[in-house]
Amino acid sequence: MQTVRIGSGAGYAGDRIEPAVELVERGDIAYLGFECLAERTIALAQQARLADPEGGFDPLLEARMRAVLPACACKHIRVITNMGAANPIGAARATARIARELGLAGLRIAAVTGDDVLAAVQAGDFPLLEREGTVAGLGEAVISANAYLGAAPIVAALRGGADVVITGRVADPALFLAPLVHEFGWAEDDWELMGKGTVVGHLLECAGQITGGYFADPGHKDVADLARLGFPLAEVAADGSAVITKAVGSGGQVSLPSCKEQLLYELHDPTRYLQPDVVADFSSVRLRPDGADRVAVSGGGGTERPETLKVSVGYLDSFVGEGQISYAGPGALARGRLALDIVRERLRLTGVRTSELRFDVIGWDAVHRGPAPDGPEPPEVRIRVAGRTETMAEAVRIGNEVETLYTNGPAGGGGAWKSARQVLAVVSTLIPRDAVRPALTWETA
Amino acid sequence: MMKLRDLAHARTGDKGNTSNISVIAHDPGDFAFLCEHVTADRVRAHFAGTVLGAVERYELPGLGALNFVLHEALGGGVTRSLSLDAHGKSLSGCLLELELPDPQRRSGP
Repeated sequence: MQTVRIGSGAGYAGDRIEPAVELVERGDIAYLGFECLAERTIALAQQARLADPEGGFDPLLEARMRAVLPACACKHIRVITNMGAANPIGAARATARIARELGLAGLRIAAVTGDDVLAAVQAGDFPLLEREGTVAGLGEAVISANAYLGAAPIVAALRGGADVVITGRVADPALFLAPLVHEFGWAEDDWELMGKGTVVGHLLECAGQITGGYFADPGHKDVADLARLGFPLAEVAADGSAVITKAVGSGGQVSLPSCKEQLLYELHDPTRYLQPDVVADFSSVRLRPDGADRVAVSGGGGTERPETLKVSVGYLDSFVGEGQISYAGPGALARGRLALDIVRERLRLTGVRTSELRFDVIGWDAVHRGPAPDGPEPPEVRIRVAGRTETMAEAVRIGNEVETLYTNGPAGGGGAWKSARQVLAVVSTLIPRDAVRPALTWETA
Repeated sequence: MMKLRDLAHARTGDKGNTSNISVIAHDPGDFAFLCEHVTADRVRAHFAGTVLGAVERYELPGLGALNFVLHEALGGGVTRSLSLDAHGKSLSGCLLELELPDPQRRSGP
């Protein structure tokens, strides 16, 4: 049976690059997808573009393209990525320049635009999904608004002969669904196949999270060679069934447990996984071992796609100030708690206005949630104070009140650290599908 | 008593202010036992004070897995939260501490 082999070269913007090179060199793949655009990343990229109109795309685009393009061009591997972020056309131009410098004249690059719907959502009545209010009600704090596009514009780029397709905001699985639609000629209203393709895309989109990353638990779930973790590839058949595997000799594992964890990652109702291309049904997916580091995926399906597209809206929300300091030895926990009490009182005495405050003992109750710990006291703790303010000046004072514990706080406080930052937050709304017009722009190296 | 970790593994995902935790039986034969003892109410009680909204449970018998959806669980959402672990990635590990009765059938022949 004819299959298409698709590799996943990144699971987030800052991901490792060598595993993508390994897939290109030894994965025998026809397509390489890079998923690099988390919820907030595009809003940060829009801020970068406001500062530099030529910027606003993934800072690692150049490094990734330089690492994989020569071998991709030689082996006719087509690259699909959302590294365009807030500036897909700028990213395509940069990629064309890099390709010329690498001696790859003639390489064709398509930029997908149309996801930027800022003007539309600011002008209309678009209620927020997470809370009361509308996008317009956020006023001038709004930085960006990007609709999740589906596979169609990527398919059009592949059909047009693109060697590299660079998008801004698209649904993550669409990066991998698109080459399947292109190769197998799936109809865009064949919900069953679009659902199966979405399952494959979902399994691939976080790269190392299905090959043993975000998984190891020594003694319970051991994973070999995580420093050389291999990234996944899927061998997909025309009926939408697939095998997940990785380059032979790479680290990590493709196993039933690793695939089950990734299938359910970021899933809510498994029968209704809302995507721009389909409402996918993951509940009927079946996984079975198919040899070493190979898991066969079958089942899955879907129903008609939603009439609306989700839009991520980035806006300037507030400021957060933070400070940390450590204590060790007998009584460390009590000294840490005393330190927190002092900072709480200092913020009150000095009139630092906060809308939210958090006091943590790292190593005890900072990320541990659930019933309170009842084990022996830790040999060291690190305390952390974080608070939300309306001004940067007040955010700075929170960290300062932790730092002054050096000379004014409990015995033996060391390693103080502080920070203050503006919070760029993300909320969502929905936009009618027909209000969003994807388009392609071509660059040739 | 035993811990959930003895029977299952888990992974946390996040979307906005909602967290999901998959609980997957190491041995699919334990799925019914997990269904009986790892209920939405127990998960909500385990995370009292952290999860402010509802907890929903979805069953995936074909995978031997449960999927819990925890609403209002991430301190206002990943991009706003003051939490050191804004994504709530560590919630899966915390859930594996859940105590379960020893299944009697395990002591059989």
